[in-house]
Amino acid sequence: MFSLENIGAHLSDPNTAWVLSGTMLLGLSSGVIGAFAFLRKRSLMGDVLAHAALPGICLAFMLTGTKNSFFFLIGAIITGVLASMAISTITRFSRLKEDTALGLVLSVFFGFGIVLLTQIQHQPNGNQSGLDQFLFGQAASLVGEDVWVMGSVALLLLVITFLFFKEFKLLCFDAGFGRSLGLPMAALDLFLMLLLVVAVVIGLQAAGVVLVAALIVTPAAAARYWTERLDVMLILSALLGGLSGALGTLFSTMGFNFPTGPLIVVAATVVFMLSMVFAPRRGLLAKAWRLSQVRREATRDRILQALYEAREQNEDLVTVESLSSRYAIPSRQLERAVRNLVGEGWLQVKDQAGERMLTATAAGWNAAYETVLHARLTEVWMMHENEVGSTIRDSDTGAVREDIPDELLPELHKLLVLHGREPRWHPNSSKGFEGGMQS
Amino acid sequence: MGMTIIVTGAMVAVACGFLGCFLILRRLAMVGDAISHAVLPGIVVAYLFSGSLESVWMLLGAAAFGLLCTFLIQTLSQQGVQHDAAISVTFTFLFAVGVIMISLFARQVHLDLDHVLYGEIAYVPFNTWTLFGWEIGPRAMWIVGAALFLSLVVVGLLYKELKVVTFDPQMAAALGIPVLLIHYVLMGLVSVTTVASFESVGAILVVAMLIVPGATAYLLTDKLEWMLAISAVVGILSSICGYWMALWLDASIAGCMTVAAGLLFILAFLFSPLHGVVTRWLVRRSLRLTTTNGEKNAP
Repeated sequence: MFSLENIGAHLSDPNTAWVLSGTMLLGLSSGVIGAFAFLRKRSLMGDVLAHAALPGICLAFMLTGTKNSFFFLIGAIITGVLASMAISTITRFSRLKEDTALGLVLSVFFGFGIVLLTQIQHQPNGNQSGLDQFLFGQAASLVGEDVWVMGSVALLLLVITFLFFKEFKLLCFDAGFGRSLGLPMAALDLFLMLLLVVAVVIGLQAAGVVLVAALIVTPAAAARYWTERLDVMLILSALLGGLSGALGTLFSTMGFNFPTGPLIVVAATVVFMLSMVFAPRRGLLAKAWRLSQVRREATRDRILQALYEAREQNEDLVTVESLSSRYAIPSRQLERAVRNLVGEGWLQVKDQAGERMLTATAAGWNAAYETVLHARLTEVWMMHENEVGSTIRDSDTGAVREDIPDELLPELHKLLVLHGREPRWHPNSSKGFEGGMQS
Repeated sequence: MGMTIIVTGAMVAVACGFLGCFLILRRLAMVGDAISHAVLPGIVVAYLFSGSLESVWMLLGAAAFGLLCTFLIQTLSQQGVQHDAAISVTFTFLFAVGVIMISLFARQVHLDLDHVLYGEIAYVPFNTWTLFGWEIGPRAMWIVGAALFLSLVVVGLLYKELKVVTFDPQMAAALGIPVLLIHYVLMGLVSVTTVASFESVGAILVVAMLIVPGATAYLLTDKLEWMLAISAVVGILSSICGYWMALWLDASIAGCMTVAAGLLFILAFLFSPLHGVVTRWLVRRSLRLTTTNGEKNAP
């Protein structure tokens, strides 16, 4: 059933080809607009606009008496803009918060739409069969004409996004700066909202009121995992949206008789979940790996530090048990770190009266000395951060950097001595214990 | 017959509005919206198991999926997905799964998407329950009544805890109140109430009853007790006005009840004695007049 020839046969069916190109175009355009909506934290707006489109579509049908996609679009745009104005009015002039305003406008507009819909149904000449499609979406019933309308609107959306890319970028990330440049940010915001309405309305026919929100948000949320750049995110979001549209359509035509819209949504969600888990840097796996890496390094540093501190107290053996109880390191992690250090030739394990004792090799003592010196230098730097200057912090994350710049070393050494924290034993010195610094 | 519809609508509105107050105060209004959609697969699963729409299984299935939805939203948010995107992704996915399941088992079950989503309160009086040979009234009324009773009892028992959790979650945690448990109890109640109300007003109009009466009440008072009471009154009023409007317009009753609730909200928005737009404007104008008059009269 899932063989390539089968897919080929399905694609050569003109009806399927129309549906497929329609859903793919839809995924592309709503992916691009959705990325902006996502970054403007307007994800739920797609849901609201989809519901608010219903009264507009009904009104357009009542006024014109025809089931013309273009009039539906106009009607839906008008009620969509009214809905977004209602939301901003409510949040501005009352103490209701945005989420309440969204839910309120969504449900009241939709209720009004239902009232209009039943009015149409009760009219003697009311042939509302085409209107129901907008509620649940019927991608399978898309015909050439619908795809032409959808395709040209989608293309228009893409071209507009390309032309206004810089302005929308400013709107998403630094609206205040945009305003200071003299750009009409409020008008741009409204314009973006208009584009969102258009994307939602052309999606309605394929996915229906509830699910069109997914076409807007899910590909954008998935794309966000893969990149930190807006242009890459837009392209990815469009591609993932188109991919979901194609996958959903292919599955629905392959014999199960599933509805296409929901399958597209499920495909988009699967793409989102895969992105969440597998994306490099931001994905869950990458994060888990980084965390384990940090833990491993920390455990290793702890062991070396403990050995060195014992050495400072004139003991050169440490029990494994004392390590795990003192630093609250999970025993499996500790064992693994010990094994690794032994493998590197830095550590030796000795059995003494049934207890496992650790000691370092010559290379291990060197590494321990370096680790302790670095840790203590960082420590005193943190205590005197304001006097020394913040050159050691990473400018992006604010975290302390690994390498300490050379020009800071003399001052930090002075501070170490001042606090009596200088490492008191140097592995390469024959004398063993020393009072001063060697470096 | 009309009375039955009004009473059922009022009970739906009171049960939802009551819980909606907490949702609004905790800024979870859209989570309520999400839950009301996400319970769909729960309904289908329960329907497949029990073969009917009247069982306790349905409430349990819905509660399970409502909680799953809440849990997923929370997990995604914690993983760094924006809160609004987390809500959208979760509920659309669960809803899509529900729709696919309905179309998959459409032959085995008589479960109409139209029916589940939009409900038809006009049929409520015809679908009655018989117990030991006695006709005890419309089924939907009993189900909604049970859900209302359940939330009244739970909210009554947990009132103090809910209040603290709603207004000051940090303090609640400091006092040793299980904040997360209370959160899930509230969401479970929302799921159960949503499902119980499905049959009469449908999934999407439940959202209106969850949010609009509570929002109206929030504009009229500053006390939680009064807010709960006012939301109930607003719910009952919208049920009555909505029914009357539906008769007059010959349109969907549930839709009209929503529109009526919306109109009541607009009234509160404009004329609330505390926070109304027009009220504040009048107060400001009279203040301005008195000050200018005062300046004129001053020498």
